[in-house]
Amino acid sequence: MSGRRSRSRQSSGISEDQINDLIIKLQQLLPELRNSRRSDKVSASRVLQETCSYIRNLHREVDDLSERLSELLANTDTAQAALIRSLLTQ
Amino acid sequence: MASLVSDTEPPTYLNSTPTDLVRRKKRQSASSAAASSRRNNAASATAGDGDSHAPWRSEKQQRSYSANLIQALQQVRLSSYAAETPYPTAQKRGKAFREAADRALAVSARGRTLWSRAILFNRFKLKFRKQKRPRPAAIPAVITRGSSSSSSGRGTKKRRVTVVKLNKKSIPTVNRKVRVLGRLVPGCKKESVPVILEEATDYIQALEMQVRAMKSLAELLSGSGSGSGSGSGSGSAPPPI
Repeated sequence: MSGRRSRSRQSSGISEDQINDLIIKLQQLLPELRNSRRSDKVSASRVLQETCSYIRNLHREVDDLSERLSELLANTDTAQAALIRSLLTQ
Repeated sequence: MASLVSDTEPPTYLNSTPTDLVRRKKRQSASSAAASSRRNNAASATAGDGDSHAPWRSEKQQRSYSANLIQALQQVRLSSYAAETPYPTAQKRGKAFREAADRALAVSARGRTLWSRAILFNRFKLKFRKQKRPRPAAIPAVITRGSSSSSSGRGTKKRRVTVVKLNKKSIPTVNRKVRVLGRLVPGCKKESVPVILEEATDYIQALEMQVRAMKSLAELLSGSGSGSGSGSGSGSAPPPI
């Protein structure tokens, strides 16, 4: 096992274990796979699949929120914008 | 910082150019947050463990992002009033809004990540190939440090094997999915696998923060939609983010 690791590191500089580490870090970010981390074995492809769908969800949420916010902001006046600003920079 | 901002901003809101406000706000937020958040960033770059999540969840990062966001939103509003008809279609406005929000997010990243640079440079349609060169030099440094830590501890290796299965058979699948992931993250279409994975972790945290900030902002706006703009201190504190 260590032989394979050193060989792959010399050849491409990117070993499986490093990719494994990164995938684990990614898994800890996902809300669904975070709780079942200790009990189940989660395959790397599943983690990547969940990551893709999670990013798409976040994109969609940001789109919806930005549409809503743009409508809301277009109707408020400058005094309210100042109020929001002061609240946010407390 | 708060008193300075609230006193000087409102009278000059419409007259001064947005860039002045952006610069002033950025300097203020940067001066207060730069030391701590940069220390956080440096610590996360060296540790590479759970500390890497800290920068996007810290209060100051949040505040700097919200300040930048507000400025970006005002820019969008001013530009929409000046250039187009007062009420363009909702989708166009939403898209311009989202681009401004993404830009604010990318600025909050302080240029340390690929995707933030890609977002910012796409606006000006420039191809900064030279900017990408220093980045691959930084990546192997992070990865070799991670590999050295993993080779030293046998216990961590055992934990890793039980959590994620990565065998020889699934490497083409993994590669394919990582390519798909790379298309989702801005600016990572042609990067190598570890780069894409690392950018994805940072991008997800940044997106989560963006969603949280916009959600609370929307609640604020819709909550105070009917109230009169009676300056600060109306008694309602923003919800904890």
